[in-house]
Amino acid sequence: MSGPEDTGQGGAGEEDGNLPARLGEERLAEPVVRTGMFGVQDSPDTSGYGLLRVYRAPVLDSPRPYGSYFDDVADALGTALEAAGIGFSDAIERVAADRGELTFYVRRERLPEVAAKLRDDPALRFELCGGVSGVHYPDDTGRELRAVYHLLSITHNRRVRLEVTAPDADPHIPSLVGVYPACNWHERETWDFFGIIFDGHPALTRIEMPDDWKGHPQRKDYPLGGIPVEYRGAKIPAPDQRRHYS
Amino acid sequence: MTSSSTPHAAAGGSDADAAEGRVYTVSGEDWDEIVATALESEDFESGERIVINMGPQHPSTHGVLRLILTLEGETVAEVRPSIGYLHTGIEKNMEFRTWTQGVTFCTRADYLMPLFNEIAYCLGVERLLGIEDKVPERAQIIRVLMLEINRISSHLGGIAPMGLELGATTIYTQGARLRERVLDLLELVTGLRMNHAFMRPGGVAQDLPPGALEAIRAFLDSAPKLVRDLHSLIDANPIFIGRNKGVAYLDLATCMALGVTGPILRSTGLPWDLRKSQPYCGYESYEFDVPVNDMCDAYGRYLIRMQEIDQSMRIMRQCVDRLAARGSAGPDSDPVMIRDAKIGWPARLSLGPDGLGPSPEHIAHIMGQSMEALIHHFKLITEGFRVPAGQVYAAVESPRGELGAHVVSDGGTRPYRVHLRDPSFNHLQSVAAMCEGGQVADLIPAIASLDPVMGGVDR
Amino acid sequence: MGIEEKLPSGVLLTSVEKVAGWARARSVWPATFGLACCAIELFQTGGPKHDLARFGMERASNTPRQADLMIVAGRVSQKMAPVLRQIYDQMSDPKWVISMGVCASSGGMFNNYAIVQGVDHVVPVDIYLPGCPPRPEMLLDSILKLHDKIINTKLGKNRERQIAELENARLALPPLHLTSPDGSRL
Repeated sequence: MSGPEDTGQGGAGEEDGNLPARLGEERLAEPVVRTGMFGVQDSPDTSGYGLLRVYRAPVLDSPRPYGSYFDDVADALGTALEAAGIGFSDAIERVAADRGELTFYVRRERLPEVAAKLRDDPALRFELCGGVSGVHYPDDTGRELRAVYHLLSITHNRRVRLEVTAPDADPHIPSLVGVYPACNWHERETWDFFGIIFDGHPALTRIEMPDDWKGHPQRKDYPLGGIPVEYRGAKIPAPDQRRHYS
Repeated sequence: MTSSSTPHAAAGGSDADAAEGRVYTVSGEDWDEIVATALESEDFESGERIVINMGPQHPSTHGVLRLILTLEGETVAEVRPSIGYLHTGIEKNMEFRTWTQGVTFCTRADYLMPLFNEIAYCLGVERLLGIEDKVPERAQIIRVLMLEINRISSHLGGIAPMGLELGATTIYTQGARLRERVLDLLELVTGLRMNHAFMRPGGVAQDLPPGALEAIRAFLDSAPKLVRDLHSLIDANPIFIGRNKGVAYLDLATCMALGVTGPILRSTGLPWDLRKSQPYCGYESYEFDVPVNDMCDAYGRYLIRMQEIDQSMRIMRQCVDRLAARGSAGPDSDPVMIRDAKIGWPARLSLGPDGLGPSPEHIAHIMGQSMEALIHHFKLITEGFRVPAGQVYAAVESPRGELGAHVVSDGGTRPYRVHLRDPSFNHLQSVAAMCEGGQVADLIPAIASLDPVMGGVDR
Repeated sequence: MGIEEKLPSGVLLTSVEKVAGWARARSVWPATFGLACCAIELFQTGGPKHDLARFGMERASNTPRQADLMIVAGRVSQKMAPVLRQIYDQMSDPKWVISMGVCASSGGMFNNYAIVQGVDHVVPVDIYLPGCPPRPEMLLDSILKLHDKIINTKLGKNRERQIAELENARLALPPLHLTSPDGSRL
């Protein structure tokens, strides 16, 4: 049975530069994270499901110009950071402009300074913080835990997103409660669900789960925790134990 | 009145277990003396404080909210809201269902405004799919119509308990009476009174049934009188004003610091409404005003909510006129779901002998006429569509404030992470800022003016 | 409870049972344990269209000491379960429980770490009411069924016999997957 190489998706770079880039080549350069469940290799399985390959999403690093107001925001932020003596690339790992939204990937040590500049600089003035949202990528070693902040500027009617990463081994991110007090409960919730410790938070305790709960439920390695459902003699397993085809 | 500083004798108790304290012998007509003496006594200076628990089972806390109060007499020294009593794990549950099934989960987060949860999530998914401008116009008009109907029912669901908690049961029954009529409309169009799962990524689940436009028009003709009745019952009521005016003061700077949006922000004088500043679903083409005042207190917020009900009815009237102008061309020429066969929910539903299911025409089409349609139907319903990887934040102006959905996809048929940024979660943080230093009795109208829904807070 | 517990079974007890059952059913005071979406339908049931006041039930007793009926309306999370049990314990006999909605009856659509899969893990339930959320008419139907149950509840010695009979009848029922829709064994 043919493997992925035979379908013509591998071997990029063999052809000459005159040919147009193949569709999805950037995506195909990423590693495979999931394969089809049945993994059929050597039998005449015509379903094609055994050949399913899901590639990890490419890491976005948009080139300039970003479009719409994103360039203004990035320039203003760069100027404000330089005025404080921080280089732009010291603070910001990369910038992604995707689907009409601007994301700054901020290095975690610089997060409070970047947030303070975004709030105070007159060209930026992102007054409202929508809170912290945590995401867990267990496959992305060294960058498993993410904290995502959504900021809104009422003055300029703009939105921006900050994303900060932290490894599982050292899940510390500086707290933004001093800059945006609205983040207080959001950071507690992110600690509760992901185990991200926000340094400098006045009272980092569990907020949604009972105080003596063990574990951080919304991490990917925490099970959904359902029970099998019995109905009329049949037993259906909990949602995370069932087969899935994606 | 005489007072002496002797060991306090407990009622019927012996001196052996008496506590230190002042004894006040009251003889009548000396209330001022008692108060003056109490104020200057050491007991008061040492700050006798009691810690009291209010909730989670409490009639007036708008759901399962627990408030830990530190009281000095009648004054609230500290208030700590404690939440999590309704945590349902909605966000984690959504990671194990397809993108379309996720709607049924997120709809139950903030259960007074289920359609807003759905639209925030669906707008996020549509932006990830890149089909925001391909959603059919009829679907957008129906979405706006249903959202405004839900806004009315949500505001009434906030105002009626506001009266009940103050002890005014008539406000509750009158609000519930009007809310019933709104729920009738929701049931007519979506089939359910609550938790509708009506908005789907790509459009809405089904078109309006015949007779719906007439029923909505009938409502729009008769409801303003009921709203005026509510106004005349509540607005100038001296007890309502006495309990709500000047209570729960939250000014603009505090709102900005605490991330407060919605009617509370508009009661500080800032006319910020996402429907006007960052419109979605075609809101830019409707004429409506954004009610705003600068009272910054519970009464101001109540007035804004009542005015928003009027504005919602105005928008509903425009939606109904537009739908009537489009006529009922049928799903082929005027669809309510995106045309893309790989995304749009395929089944046209109808009521058959064994309940609600795909209509016979649809079944004939997929079984007899088009193999491709059968394949699409099968794949969409078992596996669901695939959403390209990325993350998106879609925000809508819900009755409570800015409701945002942070939707993350890894390229699969299931959401990788959905986080609902619920306005009530943010607003409950401001309880301490609003109520500390005030009276215990002011807590109730303060929380009622925030209108938190614990389902959204805890998710 | 009272003197009726000490009466020997006979005509006198039967008459007392009838009167007591009738009286208890006529003004059941709910300790509304309104938690989530079902609480909103409960709130609408108390409104003028579907009127709980016709049963004498609009006076929701917020203190469990004076409450007769606990309507668990909504999903019970792990954090809320001890509170639920405490409120149930604080209610005085006679007390009944309606678990309103599928989340209270069985965990509903939330089969996960956060929700107790049925409040019958925590309190004994008299009437299970499915629905997500159940319409006010369904809630009224369940309340009427509960009234039937209350009216037919015996007292004292008769009650012990009644409990034993009911339990034996339930134990003798065939399992659901071997029962046809009309109740007979497959």
